[in-house]
Amino acid sequence: MAVMNMVEAIRSCLSDEMQRDERIMLLGQDIGVNGGVFRATEGLQERFGADRVVDMPLAEGVIIGSAVGLACSGLLPIPELQFLGFGSQAFHQIEGQVARMRFRSQGRYPMSMVIRAPFGGNVRTPEMHSDAHEAKYVNAAGLKILMPATARDAKGLLAEAIRDPDPVLFCEPLRGYRLIRDEVPEKDYTVPFGQARIAREGDDLVIVAWSAAVVIAEKAAELAAAEGYSVAVLDLRSLVPLDTDALREAVARCGRALVVHEATLTGGFGAEIVATIQQEAFWSLQAPIGRVTAPDTPYPIASVEEFYVPSVERVLAGVRAVIEA
Amino acid sequence: VSTVSDPRSNEAPLCLLASDGTLAEGHAPALDDRELLSAWRAMLLSRAFDERCFSLQRQGRLGTFSTVHGEEAAVIGSAWALDPSRDWIVPQYRELPAMLHQGYTLTRFLQYFTGDPAGNFMPEGVNVLPFQISLAAQLPHAVGLAWGLRHQGSDAAVIAYFGDGASSEGDTHEAMNLAGLRRAPVVFLLKNNGWAISTPVAKQTAGLSFAARAAGYGFPGELVDGNDLFAVHDATHRAVERARAGEGPTLIEARTYRMGAHNTADDPTRYVDPAELERRRAADPIDRLRRYLLNRGLIDAGSETELAAELGQEIEVAVRASEGGPRPGPAALFAHVYATPPQRVRDQRSEATGEPG
Repeated sequence: MAVMNMVEAIRSCLSDEMQRDERIMLLGQDIGVNGGVFRATEGLQERFGADRVVDMPLAEGVIIGSAVGLACSGLLPIPELQFLGFGSQAFHQIEGQVARMRFRSQGRYPMSMVIRAPFGGNVRTPEMHSDAHEAKYVNAAGLKILMPATARDAKGLLAEAIRDPDPVLFCEPLRGYRLIRDEVPEKDYTVPFGQARIAREGDDLVIVAWSAAVVIAEKAAELAAAEGYSVAVLDLRSLVPLDTDALREAVARCGRALVVHEATLTGGFGAEIVATIQQEAFWSLQAPIGRVTAPDTPYPIASVEEFYVPSVERVLAGVRAVIEA
Repeated sequence: VSTVSDPRSNEAPLCLLASDGTLAEGHAPALDDRELLSAWRAMLLSRAFDERCFSLQRQGRLGTFSTVHGEEAAVIGSAWALDPSRDWIVPQYRELPAMLHQGYTLTRFLQYFTGDPAGNFMPEGVNVLPFQISLAAQLPHAVGLAWGLRHQGSDAAVIAYFGDGASSEGDTHEAMNLAGLRRAPVVFLLKNNGWAISTPVAKQTAGLSFAARAAGYGFPGELVDGNDLFAVHDATHRAVERARAGEGPTLIEARTYRMGAHNTADDPTRYVDPAELERRRAADPIDRLRRYLLNRGLIDAGSETELAAELGQEIEVAVRASEGGPRPGPAALFAHVYATPPQRVRDQRSEATGEPG
């Protein structure tokens, strides 16, 4: 085992997979000589050449759109959106083309590709970089959506995504790139899709979260323990596929649930979690399900983002509110 | 002089076949007589099939579709410059004859437009991407496909079809810019047919030439008379040669005219001046080629009648084949969405079909 931060785990995975599979090509802005603005691809162009680690023009639409064509030619593209916030510039290609090419071509053109996209707040980016836009991609049927919260999962889920024949949106937490550090196996491994991870055991309430919000949830659970509450944390790992069994079992055990996400409340993926829990575990519920999210306002400029992104304090308040309801 | 040039532009398109059917002096066509007659056959098939499909649609036997009517030389002249065994076509939705040249079938086209998803399946060896409905989205695909084929050592070329309407989309700019950068072996075949539903080209752009845009992307652009089979073929043939030689993309603006409606749901009498349509009819690409072939003695009135009967029969066989099969059921909603579907989707399939997940 080696201790890695998330960006090191991702880089290590890309390097191993490129070595293993010649079809892989990385596409993105500033990913070559510069190694990516977060250094996720550092050294890869030097190692695999400029034909496989390709610096692309500043145009998200054609970074994704050309990946569709590369996949049709039999290659395995891994395009990078520098920030998910700019994914809107490519949304028509992701939702309209990548997600449904297999379906539209009746299986002739599978879209084996992984779209990597960092997202999330509290890192003082300029406007429009940090938005948690995952929910709008959930409506793009045909796509799988991964949200790792640990370095180990980042590497194992990315390897699984690269080897999976379906297109995957792989969202990486900006705040976690260097802050999240944990033990990563040195041998080859993958983490299967659709299996949520119990990040913390507990009996009174389960916090359901993904990506960087898992870290916030764990801290809040720790503080709640000091107040005498036993709080579990369920890390979903993937939104599509969704681990319905894990949700049912966690709520059956705890009887109370709180969903935490960085996206806005209305129509956020938390709404899907709440609906799923009431369908699957309604009779286990002892209290209404809570949600701690961003307000229904645009992602703000950096000076006030700490009020926008769910904080440990807000999550803890949410825990108390559900338990004391 | 071309009869289809944009009245706003004084740029003269490449024209090799005059409207009276005489070939430009000294021009030796790259198409031999056998290929030429197969192109002629494809043009007549396209026109006859358009008419048959229009009538099927009016009888409620076919969904909304768009005819090729008027654009046969632009589509067929370009497609006949490809080698279907290695080259690719990335269509929009008005290029059926080009798709047939690559091995697609009338039956599948009819299936698609009667609502059977199997119609959008291209069997292995048919080098065609699915119809594109979200206009210009196919252009980045064509660039990636061309780039990917070359990356893997192929000398294949890719033709991407689009129109004056799609030229306004951001994807058109992004795709051409990347094609220039990667020197992708792609031919951007812009059929300027004058209309995007009811929007005339003068309301689509203030630019007087689409071909001129290529200079901004670092590759050549050429304006051709899109109703002249020889001019379209000649320009495409040269563009394909450039692509094979690693010299990169070419933009060809084929100026033609949409003689039919946008599609079967559209009523062009609301916006097309009948006098204008009459003028355009005089430049019909089929009539022009017919004059040439008659002059050369390659066809005569008798052989055309015979061919028309043969094509009619071919169409009827396809219509019967497309109408014979079972209609798709709810399982079609789920087929090929995922290689490994999420449990939730498997459950939804069971519920919709009554079959176990």
